[in-house]
Amino acid sequence: MDVLSLSRLQFAVTALFHFIFVPLTLGLSILVAWMETRYVRTGDEMYLRMTKFWGKLFLINFALGVVTGITMEFQFGMNWAEYSKYVGDIFGAPLAIEATAAFFLESTFIGLWVFGWTKVSKKVHLLAAWLVAFGTNLSALWILLANGWMQNPVGYVLRNGRAEMDDFGALITNGTGWTIFFHTVLSGYVVAAFFVMGVSAYHLLKKNQATLFKVSFRTAALFGLVSAVLLAFTGDQRGIDVAKRQPAKLAAMESLWETKSGAPMPLLQWPDEKNERNSVEALKIPNGLSLLAFHKASAEVKGLKDFPPDERPPVLPTFLSFRIMVGLGALFVLLAFVGWLLSRKDKLETKPLLLRIFLYAIPLPYIATELGWIVAEVGRQPWLVYGLMKTSDGVSRAVSSGQVVVSLLGFTVVYGVLAVVDVFLLTKYARKGPQEASR
Amino acid sequence: MTLQILWFVLWGVLWAAYFMLDGFDLGAGMLYGILGRNDAERAAIRRTLGPVWDGNEVWLITAGGATFAAFPAVYASMFSFLYLALLLVLFALIFRGVALEFRAKGQGPAWAKTWDISLMIASLALTLLLGVAFGNIFRGLPFDAQGYHGTFLSLLNPYGLLTGLLFVALFSVQGALWIGLKTEGELGRRAVKTAGALWYALAILAVAFLAASYFATDLAANYLRHPVWLIVPVLAVAGLAAVKIWAGREKANLAFAASSATVVLTTFTGIVGLFPNLIPSRSDPVSSLTAFNSSSSPTTLTVMTVAALVFVPVVIAYQVWVYRVFRHKTVVGEKPDSLDY
Repeated sequence: MDVLSLSRLQFAVTALFHFIFVPLTLGLSILVAWMETRYVRTGDEMYLRMTKFWGKLFLINFALGVVTGITMEFQFGMNWAEYSKYVGDIFGAPLAIEATAAFFLESTFIGLWVFGWTKVSKKVHLLAAWLVAFGTNLSALWILLANGWMQNPVGYVLRNGRAEMDDFGALITNGTGWTIFFHTVLSGYVVAAFFVMGVSAYHLLKKNQATLFKVSFRTAALFGLVSAVLLAFTGDQRGIDVAKRQPAKLAAMESLWETKSGAPMPLLQWPDEKNERNSVEALKIPNGLSLLAFHKASAEVKGLKDFPPDERPPVLPTFLSFRIMVGLGALFVLLAFVGWLLSRKDKLETKPLLLRIFLYAIPLPYIATELGWIVAEVGRQPWLVYGLMKTSDGVSRAVSSGQVVVSLLGFTVVYGVLAVVDVFLLTKYARKGPQEASR
Repeated sequence: MTLQILWFVLWGVLWAAYFMLDGFDLGAGMLYGILGRNDAERAAIRRTLGPVWDGNEVWLITAGGATFAAFPAVYASMFSFLYLALLLVLFALIFRGVALEFRAKGQGPAWAKTWDISLMIASLALTLLLGVAFGNIFRGLPFDAQGYHGTFLSLLNPYGLLTGLLFVALFSVQGALWIGLKTEGELGRRAVKTAGALWYALAILAVAFLAASYFATDLAANYLRHPVWLIVPVLAVAGLAAVKIWAGREKANLAFAASSATVVLTTFTGIVGLFPNLIPSRSDPVSSLTAFNSSSSPTTLTVMTVAALVFVPVVIAYQVWVYRVFRHKTVVGEKPDSLDY
């Protein structure tokens, strides 16, 4: 393999690995801060044990998010030096601001939160929890505004042989970036909600500290239900944005070959890239795609054949990831609703089968978020910056394929070790449960 | 022009801040198993680092991000030229962080030993690599219009290695004084004594570094042209002397302050010598990446200046406040009031 393919593979591996940890951090930080808020308000010691139990799981996950995140920043320079040189003038700013405005906040106050239980007042400690939650979500905003710029470059001029910032306001008000932000953080909230519901279900099945876990479950179910509904809504907004600004991506997501007005949406479909058609196409919803993408039955949707073959994204992974993600998204709304209803009526313990389903559903939102990134990034190909720079033009020239083989192997080994340790520790503490109530 | 000079200075400030702050984390990490003679002492050392190391590391991420935003060509060249070295930096950062976070979360001697060793090796490796990288930047990298002509092994030249050792000595004194400053009793006294002993190695390396810089690099040129700047290395040497004096009197707080100043001034000794270069080329001086030929546009630099003016003072304020919250010394054997049981 050449430097380009290796570097793409390495970026995919390290980004997908990093994103195992990020979504849980985004959502669990809020849930833990909320639990601590309940503690400070009510003085009920159960909420304190709850905060500490989920907080510990949060920390294990947070540590890995931090260490795998640095890799992402470094890689822009290491493997994508031509890209960094070409767009650094506009792309570097949100990254630098992310570090200054958000990383400092979360990293400084997480230290206070972990070690400051008796060093500061309850209220200040609670403030630290909220600042961590705010910092993690704020960092998502800045990095996703950067990603939004890659999907829909705005506010730049081509000058001095590079893309230079022309309008910072356009960069930070980029609608694409904001829809990606809302869609991504909400997906993180769903991950966290299902994580908390799943682990709580485990303990409810074991009849361990039922009160604490019922409250945890109910909190997470409501959080998850609201987030899953909003997630679907923002997903729709993403679709409209993609239809407008990245028509080739939309065509690949839907495996649509011919441009059509009033395009239908086949429920059963399988792309045949070689022959530029679908080998299966059945159960068509009339005007379905036009309605979905443009909210207008007669709207014209561009087909893949309208784009030169070298400007089409890989169809199968984009199409398949999109379908599965959407299917899972619908399932989350349903499951969260059922969970919320049952916990509201306090009937959780009477439904062991459902509890088991919640336990085994923990990985599903993780899978959905990873697939979402595959849609976003594979679907953007062959562009690195949509319509402005091809991925093949962004790779480092000073790096040899031998070096990338070494780094890819290194990441595989190191990340493999981290994954084992993470799963070991999370399972250990999730199973162990919270401290027993003191008498 | 003014903005480019401002960002050159800020580039130096961010690196200096990172070296000063993470310098004590890394130094304490290197000395962790040596100064901490038993489990309780090691736990005490970890507890001095626990609340602050992560916030300190963000100065590195910010230095990287600011380089990207203000000097994209420098960011692209530095990271791709030094590819394998930076890969090792990443792995060291990963293992240092994970070791500190996970050490207390498992049980059994094998678990403890694994993370203890990885903390020490990662801290040492990271310090050495940072020193070697900066030594090579001071010395200039072999690149021209055709590209980069060096390898990973060519970074391990005598001057690069000497700078690496200088960093190891500098950070280990900084780390030992941190432990001295932050722990009670026998451990604290031993740490200050160790700093005093390590000081001799640091002093020898510092003299060697200054001499070698004169012969092996162009850093001296700026000083010969504008001797007034010699105040920076002179103050660095003064700071170094103060470290010894105060460490000898067992004044850990003053010695630590002097050592922090020495780290900052040593960094700036290099930065002043580099100006206006960020990465000089040793094969073709015209290709050198300077503050003037590799910076971002005035628009970007203006936006970044505003962002820095708004956020950096706030960051410094709350970081100082958190240091104050944790100002009390850690007592060896004391049960921690953290989530780490």
